Amino acid sequence: MLNELEKAIVRELQGDLPLVKKPYQAIAERLGITEEELLQKMREMKERGIIRRLGVALCHREVGFMANAMVVWIVPEERAAEVGKLMAAFPEVSHCYQRPTYPDWPYNFFTMIHAKTAEECEKVAANISRTVQIDDYQLLFSTEELKKSSMQYFME
Amino acid sequence: MDNRQELTPAEKRLLTAIQEGLPIEPEPFAVLAEQLKTTEEKILEMLAKLKKEGYIRRIGAVFDSRKLGYVSTLCALKVPEDKLKSVAAYINSLPGVTHNYLRQHEYNMWFTLIAPSQEALEDAISGIKKITGISQLLNLPAVNFFKINVNFNLKEGAPDVE
Repeated sequence: MLNELEKAIVRELQGDLPLVKKPYQAIAERLGITEEELLQKMREMKERGIIRRLGVALCHREVGFMANAMVVWIVPEERAAEVGKLMAAFPEVSHCYQRPTYPDWPYNFFTMIHAKTAEECEKVAANISRTVQIDDYQLLFSTEELKKSSMQYFME
Repeated sequence: MDNRQELTPAEKRLLTAIQEGLPIEPEPFAVLAEQLKTTEEKILEMLAKLKKEGYIRRIGAVFDSRKLGYVSTLCALKVPEDKLKSVAAYINSLPGVTHNYLRQHEYNMWFTLIAPSQEALEDAISGIKKITGISQLLNLPAVNFFKINVNFNLKEGAPDVE
């Protein structure tokens, strides 16, 4: 679990990094530690996997990846590990998860595909289907983005 | 679309490089400038412009919510056409909802939900059902993670996505 300093670091870094030469200096000051202490702590949190990465969140549509399809699949349980690995290897797949099923929802695998057009998404899905030898799948295209934001942790 | 300009090759190189990660260094933009054979001033200028034009949503850290002790799930809701607007407004108002999309399916509203505990997550789901009056909700927490990363290659002449 995280100690209070680590939580405070999360609260600072989940916001927008200032676009200045030394963006961590002011943050360290607010936290009451030195810049070097903050960077050391950040490296450690990255190593522990708490910080997944430090970088930019892009607006996919704006940068030209206009189409995104959530492709859902029915994968036999005994093939889950093998199929998951194969699907994840596709560069167009950004996320690949196994999820539970329901009586009116038989799909247990989810892959997110981003591409420039819907046709490209379909082509990628067909490619994956051939590779993993699974025909039970469906593409759910997004018709509208209602919300996209970053989670604010430890604010309660 | 608005009057936003097309991305230049230099901007594409910058976005591709920065997605892979800003170095954890006192002057991260100077390090990036060296990698891209440009100046720190130019990098800061380009980033400010890309943010203003809406290509960049945020510059900062991305956390693993599970490692922070949070739990998350994907929910699908079957919303009647005439209730879409009011239901979207309510769902979007929840702080634990970070992504919400309409998709072509009878389960037409898909959103991610993050909460500080399993109990809080279940409370939020019960609340959604109660307030929207919609009981057809799929709670789809990931049970196996095979891939969780998004890196787009925007470099000129490179394959579309890498």
